[in-house]
Amino acid sequence: MTYESNLQRVLSEKKFAVTAEIGPPKGCNQEKIRKKAELLKGYADAFNITDNQTAVVRLSSMGGCFILLDMGLEPIMQMGCRDRNRIALQSDLLGAVSVGVRNILFMTGDHQSFGNHPGAKGVYDLDSIQLIKIVKDMRDLGVFQSGDKILSGIPDVFIGGTANPFADPLDFRVDRIEKKIIAGADFIQTQSVYNLDKFNQWMDEVCARGLDKKAFILAGVTPLKSVKMADRMKFHVPGVDIPDEIYKRIINASDPKYEGYNISLELIDEIKKIRGVGGIHITALFWEDIIPKLVKEAGFYPRP
Amino acid sequence: MIITKQKEIKKILDLVGNGPVFIVGCSECATLCNTGGEKEVKEMKNILEEKKIDVSGFVILDPACHFLNDKRILKNYKNEIENAKKILVLACGNGVQTVAELVQDTDVVSGTDALFLGEIKRLGDFERRCNLCGECIIDLYDGLCPISRCPKSMLNGPCGGSMNGKCEISDDLDCVWDLIFKRLKADNSLHKLKDLVEPKDWSKSTEMGRRV
Repeated sequence: MTYESNLQRVLSEKKFAVTAEIGPPKGCNQEKIRKKAELLKGYADAFNITDNQTAVVRLSSMGGCFILLDMGLEPIMQMGCRDRNRIALQSDLLGAVSVGVRNILFMTGDHQSFGNHPGAKGVYDLDSIQLIKIVKDMRDLGVFQSGDKILSGIPDVFIGGTANPFADPLDFRVDRIEKKIIAGADFIQTQSVYNLDKFNQWMDEVCARGLDKKAFILAGVTPLKSVKMADRMKFHVPGVDIPDEIYKRIINASDPKYEGYNISLELIDEIKKIRGVGGIHITALFWEDIIPKLVKEAGFYPRP
Repeated sequence: MIITKQKEIKKILDLVGNGPVFIVGCSECATLCNTGGEKEVKEMKNILEEKKIDVSGFVILDPACHFLNDKRILKNYKNEIENAKKILVLACGNGVQTVAELVQDTDVVSGTDALFLGEIKRLGDFERRCNLCGECIIDLYDGLCPISRCPKSMLNGPCGGSMNGKCEISDDLDCVWDLIFKRLKADNSLHKLKDLVEPKDWSKSTEMGRRV
Protein backbone atom coordinates (compact mmCIF):
# COMPACT_ATOMS: atom_id res chain seq x y z
CA MET A 1 0.00 0.00 0.00
CA THR A 2 1.22 3.49 -0.74
CA TYR A 3 0.56 6.36 1.59
CA GLU A 4 0.42 10.06 0.86
CA SER A 5 1.56 10.69 4.42
CA ASN A 6 4.74 9.25 5.92
CA LEU A 7 3.23 9.49 9.39
CA GLN A 8 0.24 7.47 8.22
CA ARG A 9 2.59 4.87 6.71
CA VAL A 10 4.64 4.47 9.90
CA LEU A 11 1.54 4.17 12.06
CA SER A 12 -0.26 1.83 9.67
CA GLU A 13 2.78 -0.44 9.54
CA LYS A 14 2.50 -0.68 13.35
CA LYS A 15 5.86 0.95 13.90
CA PHE A 16 6.11 3.12 16.98
CA ALA A 17 5.80 6.66 15.62
CA VAL A 18 7.62 9.78 16.73
CA THR A 19 6.37 13.28 16.00
CA ALA A 20 8.00 16.47 17.21
CA GLU A 21 6.86 20.03 17.56
CA ILE A 22 8.60 23.02 16.05
CA GLY A 23 7.56 26.36 17.48
CA PRO A 24 7.57 29.06 14.80
CA PRO A 25 9.24 32.43 15.47
CA LYS A 26 7.70 35.77 16.41
CA GLY A 27 8.67 37.19 13.05
CA CYS A 28 9.08 36.22 9.42
CA ASN A 29 12.68 35.00 9.55
CA GLN A 30 12.40 31.53 8.02
CA GLU A 31 15.96 30.71 9.06
CA LYS A 32 14.63 30.19 12.59
CA ILE A 33 12.50 27.32 11.35
CA ARG A 34 15.12 26.00 8.93
CA LYS A 35 17.71 25.80 11.70
CA LYS A 36 15.45 23.85 14.03
CA ALA A 37 14.25 21.62 11.21
CA GLU A 38 17.80 20.88 10.05
CA LEU A 39 18.65 19.77 13.57
CA LEU A 40 15.61 17.50 13.84
CA LYS A 41 15.64 16.03 10.35
CA GLY A 42 15.50 12.24 10.55
CA TYR A 43 14.58 12.15 14.24
CA ALA A 44 10.80 12.17 13.79
CA ASP A 45 8.31 10.94 11.21
CA ALA A 46 6.52 14.25 10.97
CA PHE A 47 6.78 17.68 12.55
CA ASN A 48 4.02 19.81 14.03
CA ILE A 49 4.11 23.52 13.41
CA THR A 50 1.90 25.21 15.97
CA ASP A 51 -0.91 27.62 15.13
CA ASN A 52 -0.42 30.73 17.29
CA GLN A 53 -0.27 28.57 20.41
CA THR A 54 -1.26 30.22 23.67
CA ALA A 55 -2.76 32.93 21.45
CA VAL A 56 0.60 34.59 20.84
CA VAL A 57 1.10 35.82 17.28
CA ARG A 58 3.81 33.89 15.46
CA LEU A 59 4.66 32.89 11.90
CA SER A 60 1.67 30.88 10.68
CA SER A 61 1.50 27.12 10.80
CA MET A 62 0.82 27.03 7.06
CA GLY A 63 3.88 29.16 6.27
CA GLY A 64 6.04 26.99 8.52
CA CYS A 65 4.72 23.84 6.87
CA PHE A 66 5.67 25.15 3.43
CA ILE A 67 9.22 25.74 4.67
CA LEU A 68 9.40 22.15 5.97
CA LEU A 69 8.07 20.79 2.67
CA ASP A 70 10.70 22.79 0.85
CA MET A 71 13.33 21.11 3.04
CA GLY A 72 11.93 17.63 2.46
CA LEU A 73 10.49 17.19 5.96
CA GLU A 74 6.94 16.07 6.51
CA PRO A 75 4.82 18.64 8.33
CA ILE A 76 1.74 18.32 10.52
CA MET A 77 -0.14 21.56 10.08
CA GLN A 78 -2.19 22.73 13.05
CA MET A 79 -5.52 24.49 12.67
CA GLY A 80 -7.42 26.03 15.56
CA CYS A 81 -10.97 27.37 15.65
CA ARG A 82 -10.14 30.53 17.60
CA ASP A 83 -8.98 32.72 14.74
CA ARG A 84 -10.86 31.51 11.67
CA ASN A 85 -14.44 30.78 10.68
CA ARG A 86 -15.54 27.83 8.56
CA ILE A 87 -14.91 29.74 5.33
CA ALA A 88 -11.28 30.54 6.18
CA LEU A 89 -10.59 27.09 7.66
CA GLN A 90 -11.83 25.20 4.61
CA SER A 91 -10.04 27.58 2.26
CA ASP A 92 -6.72 27.43 4.15
CA LEU A 93 -6.97 23.66 4.23
CA LEU A 94 -7.35 23.51 0.44
CA GLY A 95 -4.43 25.89 0.02
CA ALA A 96 -2.18 23.85 2.30
CA VAL A 97 -3.07 20.52 0.73
CA SER A 98 -2.53 21.96 -2.75
CA VAL A 99 1.10 22.61 -1.85
CA GLY A 100 1.64 19.18 -0.28
CA VAL A 101 0.53 19.26 3.37
CA ARG A 102 -1.01 15.88 4.22
CA ASN A 103 -1.28 15.75 8.00
CA ILE A 104 -3.44 18.32 9.76
CA LEU A 105 -4.14 18.49 13.48
CA PHE A 106 -7.39 20.22 14.41
CA MET A 107 -8.09 21.82 17.74
CA THR A 108 -10.35 24.41 19.29
CA GLY A 109 -7.36 26.45 20.47
CA ASP A 110 -6.18 28.30 23.56
CA HIS A 111 -8.45 31.17 24.53
CA GLN A 112 -7.32 34.58 23.27
CA SER A 113 -7.24 35.97 26.82
CA PHE A 114 -4.00 34.00 27.44
CA GLY A 115 -2.01 35.58 24.66
CA ASN A 116 -0.40 38.85 23.68
CA HIS A 117 -3.58 40.23 22.07
CA PRO A 118 -6.15 39.72 24.82
CA GLY A 119 -8.40 42.34 23.20
CA ALA A 120 -8.88 40.15 20.12
CA LYS A 121 -12.32 38.85 19.25
CA GLY A 122 -12.34 35.05 19.35
CA VAL A 123 -14.11 33.44 16.41
CA TYR A 124 -15.17 29.97 17.63
CA ASP A 125 -17.56 29.53 14.73
CA LEU A 126 -16.85 25.79 15.09
CA ASP A 127 -15.44 23.53 17.75
CA SER A 128 -12.68 21.02 17.01
CA ILE A 129 -15.05 18.07 16.67
CA GLN A 130 -17.24 19.87 14.16
CA LEU A 131 -14.15 20.91 12.20
CA ILE A 132 -12.88 17.32 12.11
CA LYS A 133 -16.24 16.15 10.78
CA ILE A 134 -16.21 18.85 8.10
CA VAL A 135 -12.75 17.80 6.93
CA LYS A 136 -13.74 14.13 6.89
CA ASP A 137 -16.74 15.02 4.72
CA MET A 138 -14.54 17.10 2.43
CA ARG A 139 -12.19 14.14 2.02
CA ASP A 140 -14.63 11.22 1.95
CA LEU A 141 -17.75 12.77 0.43
CA GLY A 142 -16.19 15.59 -1.56
CA VAL A 143 -18.43 18.26 -0.07
CA PHE A 144 -17.94 21.52 1.79
CA GLN A 145 -19.70 22.17 5.09
CA SER A 146 -22.52 23.86 3.18
CA GLY A 147 -23.13 20.70 1.17
CA ASP A 148 -21.71 22.24 -2.01
CA LYS A 149 -19.59 19.85 -4.05
CA ILE A 150 -15.82 20.32 -4.16
CA LEU A 151 -15.25 20.85 -7.86
CA SER A 152 -11.56 20.45 -8.44
CA GLY A 153 -9.34 18.41 -6.15
CA ILE A 154 -10.60 16.49 -3.11
CA PRO A 155 -8.20 17.10 -0.20
CA ASP A 156 -6.59 13.87 1.01
CA VAL A 157 -5.92 14.67 4.63
CA PHE A 158 -4.64 12.46 7.45
CA ILE A 159 -6.86 13.92 10.15
CA GLY A 160 -5.50 14.59 13.62
CA GLY A 161 -7.17 15.56 16.86
CA THR A 162 -5.98 16.40 20.35
CA ALA A 163 -6.93 14.86 23.66
CA ASN A 164 -6.35 15.80 27.25
CA PRO A 165 -6.67 12.71 29.46
CA PHE A 166 -5.99 14.80 32.57
CA ALA A 167 -8.59 17.55 32.40
CA ASP A 168 -11.96 17.56 34.12
CA PRO A 169 -14.59 16.25 34.05
CA LEU A 170 -12.36 13.20 34.03
CA ASP A 171 -15.22 10.76 33.44
CA PHE A 172 -16.00 12.49 30.15
CA ARG A 173 -12.50 12.36 28.67
CA VAL A 174 -12.84 9.04 26.85
CA ASP A 175 -16.32 9.98 25.61
CA ARG A 176 -14.81 13.07 24.12
CA ILE A 177 -12.02 11.30 22.23
CA GLU A 178 -14.56 8.72 21.07
CA LYS A 179 -16.66 11.53 19.68
CA LYS A 180 -13.60 12.95 17.95
CA ILE A 181 -12.73 9.60 16.40
CA ILE A 182 -16.31 9.02 15.24
CA ALA A 183 -16.24 12.53 13.75
CA GLY A 184 -13.19 11.49 11.70
CA ALA A 185 -9.90 11.73 13.60
CA ASP A 186 -7.32 9.27 12.23
CA PHE A 187 -4.70 10.06 14.84
CA ILE A 188 -4.69 11.68 18.26
CA GLN A 189 -1.89 13.64 19.93
CA THR A 190 -2.38 13.91 23.67
CA GLN A 191 -1.53 16.54 26.22
CA SER A 192 1.93 15.98 27.75
CA VAL A 193 1.94 12.93 29.97
CA TYR A 194 3.46 13.17 33.44
CA ASN A 195 0.76 11.43 35.44
CA LEU A 196 1.13 7.83 34.31
CA ASP A 197 -1.62 6.51 36.59
CA LYS A 198 -4.21 8.78 35.03
CA PHE A 199 -2.88 8.14 31.55
CA ASN A 200 -3.01 4.37 32.07
CA GLN A 201 -6.59 4.57 33.30
CA TRP A 202 -7.55 6.63 30.28
CA MET A 203 -5.78 4.28 27.85
CA ASP A 204 -7.42 1.25 29.46
CA GLU A 205 -10.82 2.71 28.75
CA VAL A 206 -9.72 3.82 25.25
CA CYS A 207 -8.68 0.23 24.49
CA ALA A 208 -11.75 -1.27 26.18
CA ARG A 209 -13.87 0.67 23.70
CA GLY A 210 -11.63 -0.39 20.81
CA LEU A 211 -10.71 3.19 20.02
CA ASP A 212 -7.01 2.36 19.67
CA LYS A 213 -8.04 0.24 16.67
CA LYS A 214 -9.94 3.10 15.07
CA ALA A 215 -7.33 5.83 15.48
CA PHE A 216 -3.64 6.01 16.35
CA ILE A 217 -2.84 7.43 19.77
CA LEU A 218 0.38 9.41 20.21
CA ALA A 219 1.25 10.26 23.80
CA GLY A 220 2.60 13.74 24.51
CA VAL A 221 6.08 14.08 26.02
CA THR A 222 7.48 17.41 27.18
CA PRO A 223 10.88 17.47 28.92
CA LEU A 224 10.95 19.94 31.80
CA LYS A 225 13.90 22.22 31.28
CA SER A 226 14.03 24.13 34.55
CA VAL A 227 12.41 24.76 37.90
CA LYS A 228 10.74 27.80 36.37
CA MET A 229 9.21 25.71 33.63
CA ALA A 230 8.07 23.03 36.07
CA ASP A 231 6.42 25.76 38.15
CA ARG A 232 4.69 27.26 35.17
CA MET A 233 3.50 23.91 33.82
CA LYS A 234 2.32 22.66 37.20
CA PHE A 235 0.56 25.77 38.40
CA HIS A 236 -0.26 28.00 35.44
CA VAL A 237 -0.79 26.03 32.25
CA PRO A 238 -4.41 24.87 32.06
CA GLY A 239 -4.89 21.15 31.64
CA VAL A 240 -1.36 20.03 32.56
CA ASP A 241 -1.05 17.53 35.40
CA ILE A 242 2.42 17.17 36.96
CA PRO A 243 2.34 14.87 39.99
CA ASP A 244 4.08 16.16 43.13
CA GLU A 245 6.62 13.35 42.91
CA ILE A 246 7.92 14.54 39.52
CA TYR A 247 7.70 18.17 40.52
CA LYS A 248 9.77 17.52 43.64
CA ARG A 249 12.42 15.68 41.64
CA ILE A 250 12.87 18.80 39.49
CA ILE A 251 12.91 21.37 42.26
CA ASN A 252 15.25 19.31 44.44
CA ALA A 253 17.66 18.40 41.64
CA SER A 254 21.17 19.85 41.57
CA ASP A 255 20.82 19.95 37.78
CA PRO A 256 17.11 20.37 36.98
CA LYS A 257 17.72 20.26 33.23
CA TYR A 258 19.45 16.88 33.48
CA GLU A 259 16.75 15.60 35.82
CA GLY A 260 14.01 16.83 33.48
CA TYR A 261 15.62 14.99 30.61
CA ASN A 262 15.90 11.78 32.62
CA ILE A 263 12.28 11.99 33.72
CA SER A 264 11.27 12.25 30.06
CA LEU A 265 13.31 9.17 29.18
CA GLU A 266 11.70 7.24 32.03
CA LEU A 267 8.24 8.38 31.00
CA ILE A 268 8.85 7.33 27.38
CA ASP A 269 10.04 3.96 28.62
CA GLU A 270 6.76 3.45 30.47
CA ILE A 271 4.58 4.94 27.74
CA LYS A 272 5.89 2.63 25.03
CA LYS A 273 4.80 -0.38 27.09
CA ILE A 274 1.22 0.84 27.38
CA ARG A 275 -1.22 -1.11 25.24
CA GLY A 276 -2.80 0.93 22.48
CA VAL A 277 -0.18 3.67 22.30
CA GLY A 278 1.02 4.04 18.72
CA GLY A 279 3.74 6.59 19.26
CA ILE A 280 4.92 9.67 21.06
CA HIS A 281 4.63 13.34 20.29
CA ILE A 282 7.55 15.37 21.64
CA THR A 283 7.01 19.00 22.50
CA ALA A 284 10.30 20.39 23.77
CA LEU A 285 9.35 24.00 24.41
CA PHE A 286 12.35 26.25 23.62
CA TRP A 287 14.49 23.12 23.89
CA GLU A 288 14.11 21.51 20.49
CA ASP A 289 17.83 20.67 20.32
CA ILE A 290 17.37 18.02 23.00
CA ILE A 291 15.07 15.97 20.74
CA PRO A 292 17.78 14.07 18.74
CA LYS A 293 19.43 12.85 21.96
CA LEU A 294 16.09 11.92 23.49
CA VAL A 295 14.96 10.00 20.41
CA LYS A 296 18.30 8.17 20.18
CA GLU A 297 18.51 7.22 23.85
CA ALA A 298 14.87 6.14 23.87
CA GLY A 299 15.80 3.70 21.12
CA PHE A 300 13.76 5.26 18.34
CA TYR A 301 16.59 6.12 15.97
CA PRO A 302 16.88 5.68 13.02
CA ARG A 303 13.28 6.29 12.00
CA PRO A 304 11.62 3.70 9.76
CA MET B 1 -31.99 41.13 31.56
CA ILE B 2 -29.38 43.41 30.05
CA ILE B 3 -26.56 43.72 32.55
CA THR B 4 -24.84 47.09 32.59
CA LYS B 5 -22.12 48.71 34.64
CA GLN B 6 -21.61 52.41 35.13
CA LYS B 7 -18.58 53.94 33.49
CA GLU B 8 -16.01 55.45 35.82
CA ILE B 9 -16.94 58.94 36.94
CA LYS B 10 -13.81 60.36 35.33
CA LYS B 11 -14.91 58.97 31.98
CA ILE B 12 -18.47 60.30 32.45
CA LEU B 13 -17.10 63.76 33.27
CA ASP B 14 -15.06 63.65 30.06
CA LEU B 15 -18.16 62.73 28.10
CA VAL B 16 -20.46 65.43 29.49
CA GLY B 17 -17.94 68.27 29.35
CA ASN B 18 -19.18 71.49 30.95
CA GLY B 19 -22.84 70.63 30.64
CA PRO B 20 -25.58 71.47 31.16
CA VAL B 21 -26.66 67.85 31.33
CA PHE B 22 -30.05 66.18 31.15
CA ILE B 23 -29.94 62.72 32.70
CA VAL B 24 -32.00 59.78 31.52
CA GLY B 25 -32.44 56.57 33.50
CA CYS B 26 -34.41 53.39 32.91
CA SER B 27 -37.01 51.72 35.12
CA GLU B 28 -36.13 48.19 34.10
CA CYS B 29 -32.72 46.51 33.72
CA ALA B 30 -30.59 49.53 34.69
CA THR B 31 -32.70 49.96 37.83
CA LEU B 32 -32.20 46.32 38.81
CA CYS B 33 -28.47 46.55 38.04
CA ASN B 34 -28.23 49.71 40.18
CA THR B 35 -26.71 51.58 37.29
CA GLY B 36 -29.52 53.83 36.02
CA GLY B 37 -32.56 53.69 38.28
CA GLU B 38 -34.01 56.70 40.10
CA LYS B 39 -31.52 56.33 42.93
CA GLU B 40 -28.48 56.27 40.64
CA VAL B 41 -29.79 59.08 38.44
CA LYS B 42 -30.21 61.31 41.51
CA GLU B 43 -26.75 60.34 42.73
CA MET B 44 -25.34 61.22 39.32
CA LYS B 45 -27.12 64.59 39.47
CA ASN B 46 -25.45 65.30 42.83
CA ILE B 47 -22.03 64.24 41.57
CA LEU B 48 -22.28 66.49 38.52
CA GLU B 49 -23.55 69.44 40.54
CA GLU B 50 -20.72 69.03 43.02
CA LYS B 51 -18.40 69.36 40.03
CA LYS B 52 -20.23 72.60 39.14
CA ILE B 53 -21.86 71.05 36.11
CA ASP B 54 -25.48 72.18 35.68
CA VAL B 55 -28.14 69.53 35.47
CA SER B 56 -31.17 70.81 33.57
CA GLY B 57 -33.34 67.90 34.65
CA PHE B 58 -33.73 64.15 34.67
CA VAL B 59 -36.23 61.45 33.83
CA ILE B 60 -36.59 57.72 34.38
CA LEU B 61 -37.98 56.17 31.21
CA ASP B 62 -40.29 53.22 31.59
CA PRO B 63 -38.41 51.47 30.00
CA ALA B 64 -35.81 53.30 27.90
CA CYS B 65 -36.05 50.81 25.04
CA HIS B 66 -39.73 51.61 24.32
CA PHE B 67 -39.71 54.11 21.44
CA LEU B 68 -43.31 55.36 21.53
CA ASN B 69 -43.42 55.47 25.30
CA ASP B 70 -40.16 57.45 25.41
CA LYS B 71 -41.50 59.85 22.79
CA ARG B 72 -44.55 60.55 24.93
CA ILE B 73 -42.59 60.94 28.18
CA LEU B 74 -39.78 63.08 26.74
CA LYS B 75 -42.34 65.59 25.38
CA ASN B 76 -42.89 66.67 28.99
CA TYR B 77 -39.19 67.52 29.31
CA LYS B 78 -38.89 69.63 26.16
CA ASN B 79 -37.46 72.68 27.96
CA GLU B 80 -35.02 70.74 30.13
CA ILE B 81 -33.71 68.94 27.06
CA GLU B 82 -33.41 72.15 25.06
CA ASN B 83 -31.43 73.70 27.92
CA ALA B 84 -28.95 70.81 27.94
CA LYS B 85 -25.81 70.41 25.85
CA LYS B 86 -25.47 66.72 26.68
CA ILE B 87 -28.00 64.01 27.36
CA LEU B 88 -26.43 61.45 29.69
CA VAL B 89 -28.22 58.09 29.40
CA LEU B 90 -27.81 55.52 32.16
CA ALA B 91 -29.30 52.50 30.39
CA CYS B 92 -28.23 49.78 27.98
CA GLY B 93 -27.05 50.48 24.43
CA ASN B 94 -30.62 50.11 23.24
CA GLY B 95 -31.86 52.78 25.65
CA VAL B 96 -29.10 55.15 24.54
CA GLN B 97 -30.04 54.73 20.89
CA THR B 98 -33.76 55.09 21.42
CA VAL B 99 -33.13 58.39 23.20
CA ALA B 100 -30.67 59.46 20.48
CA GLU B 101 -33.31 58.81 17.83
CA LEU B 102 -35.82 60.96 19.70
CA VAL B 103 -33.44 63.80 20.60
CA GLN B 104 -31.84 64.80 17.35
CA ASP B 105 -30.35 68.21 18.23
CA THR B 106 -28.39 67.40 21.40
CA ASP B 107 -25.41 65.09 21.94
CA VAL B 108 -26.46 61.83 23.56
CA VAL B 109 -23.76 60.04 25.57
CA SER B 110 -23.79 56.72 27.38
CA GLY B 111 -22.83 56.65 31.05
CA THR B 112 -22.93 52.85 31.17
CA ASP B 113 -21.33 49.89 29.43
CA ALA B 114 -23.75 47.13 28.45
CA LEU B 115 -22.15 43.77 29.25
CA PHE B 116 -24.44 40.87 28.49
CA LEU B 117 -27.82 39.27 28.78
CA GLY B 118 -27.69 37.61 32.12
CA GLU B 119 -29.07 36.74 35.47
CA ILE B 120 -28.89 38.49 38.83
CA LYS B 121 -27.43 35.97 41.25
CA ARG B 122 -27.58 38.40 44.13
CA LEU B 123 -27.10 42.14 44.54
CA GLY B 124 -24.26 43.23 42.26
CA ASP B 125 -23.48 39.68 41.13
CA PHE B 126 -24.44 38.90 37.53
CA GLU B 127 -23.81 35.97 35.22
CA ARG B 128 -24.07 35.77 31.46
CA ARG B 129 -26.84 33.47 30.32
CA CYS B 130 -27.75 34.11 26.68
CA ASN B 131 -25.99 35.21 23.49
CA LEU B 132 -29.22 35.82 21.56
CA CYS B 133 -28.01 33.35 18.93
CA GLY B 134 -31.37 33.12 17.22
CA GLU B 135 -31.92 29.36 17.57
CA CYS B 136 -32.06 27.97 21.07
CA ILE B 137 -30.47 24.56 21.60
CA ILE B 138 -30.48 24.51 25.39
CA ASP B 139 -32.67 21.39 25.27
CA LEU B 140 -29.58 19.45 24.18
CA TYR B 141 -27.79 20.41 27.38
CA ASP B 142 -30.44 19.91 30.04
CA GLY B 143 -31.10 23.59 30.60
CA LEU B 144 -27.55 24.94 30.44
CA CYS B 145 -26.25 27.01 27.51
CA PRO B 146 -22.65 26.39 26.38
CA ILE B 147 -22.88 29.11 23.72
CA SER B 148 -23.21 31.90 26.25
CA ARG B 149 -21.45 30.27 29.18
CA CYS B 150 -18.40 28.63 27.56
CA PRO B 151 -15.89 31.27 26.40
CA LYS B 152 -15.21 29.06 23.37
CA SER B 153 -18.91 28.26 22.80
CA MET B 154 -18.05 24.57 22.56
CA LEU B 155 -21.00 22.44 21.57
CA ASN B 156 -19.50 18.94 21.75
CA GLY B 157 -17.90 18.78 25.16
CA PRO B 158 -15.37 20.58 27.32
CA CYS B 159 -11.99 21.75 26.06
CA GLY B 160 -8.81 20.54 27.72
CA GLY B 161 -8.70 23.45 30.13
CA SER B 162 -11.51 22.49 32.48
CA MET B 163 -10.10 21.91 35.98
CA ASN B 164 -11.91 21.31 39.26
CA GLY B 165 -15.14 22.60 37.79
CA LYS B 166 -13.60 25.90 36.76
CA CYS B 167 -12.95 27.42 33.35
CA GLU B 168 -9.34 27.81 32.25
CA ILE B 169 -9.76 31.51 31.69
CA SER B 170 -10.85 32.40 35.23
CA ASP B 171 -11.32 30.76 38.61
CA ASP B 172 -14.40 32.94 38.97
CA LEU B 173 -16.10 31.18 36.11
CA ASP B 174 -17.71 27.77 36.47
CA CYS B 175 -16.96 25.48 33.53
CA VAL B 176 -20.44 25.10 32.08
CA TRP B 177 -19.41 21.75 30.60
CA ASP B 178 -18.60 20.48 34.06
CA LEU B 179 -22.10 21.54 35.12
CA ILE B 180 -23.70 19.95 32.04
CA PHE B 181 -21.81 16.71 32.59
CA LYS B 182 -22.71 16.46 36.27
CA ARG B 183 -26.34 17.31 35.67
CA LEU B 184 -26.77 14.76 32.89
CA LYS B 185 -24.88 12.16 34.89
CA ALA B 186 -27.19 12.65 37.86
CA ASP B 187 -30.17 12.21 35.51
CA ASN B 188 -28.62 9.09 33.96
CA SER B 189 -28.79 10.94 30.65
CA LEU B 190 -25.14 11.08 29.56
CA HIS B 191 -26.13 9.40 26.28
CA LYS B 192 -27.45 12.82 25.25
CA LEU B 193 -23.85 13.95 24.79
CA LYS B 194 -22.93 11.13 22.39
CA ASP B 195 -24.44 12.67 19.28
CA LEU B 196 -22.34 15.12 17.33
CA VAL B 197 -23.85 18.57 17.48
CA GLU B 198 -23.56 20.03 13.99
CA PRO B 199 -22.03 23.45 13.30
CA LYS B 200 -24.45 26.13 14.33
CA ASP B 201 -26.38 28.16 11.78
CA TRP B 202 -25.34 31.62 12.87
CA SER B 203 -27.50 33.18 10.16
CA LYS B 204 -30.42 32.73 12.55
CA SER B 205 -28.85 35.30 14.83
CA THR B 206 -29.70 38.97 14.84
CA GLU B 207 -26.08 39.74 13.92
CA MET B 208 -27.35 39.41 10.39
CA GLY B 209 -29.55 42.47 10.91
CA ARG B 210 -32.84 40.66 11.22
CA ARG B 211 -35.84 42.69 12.27
CA VAL B 212 -38.89 41.08 13.81
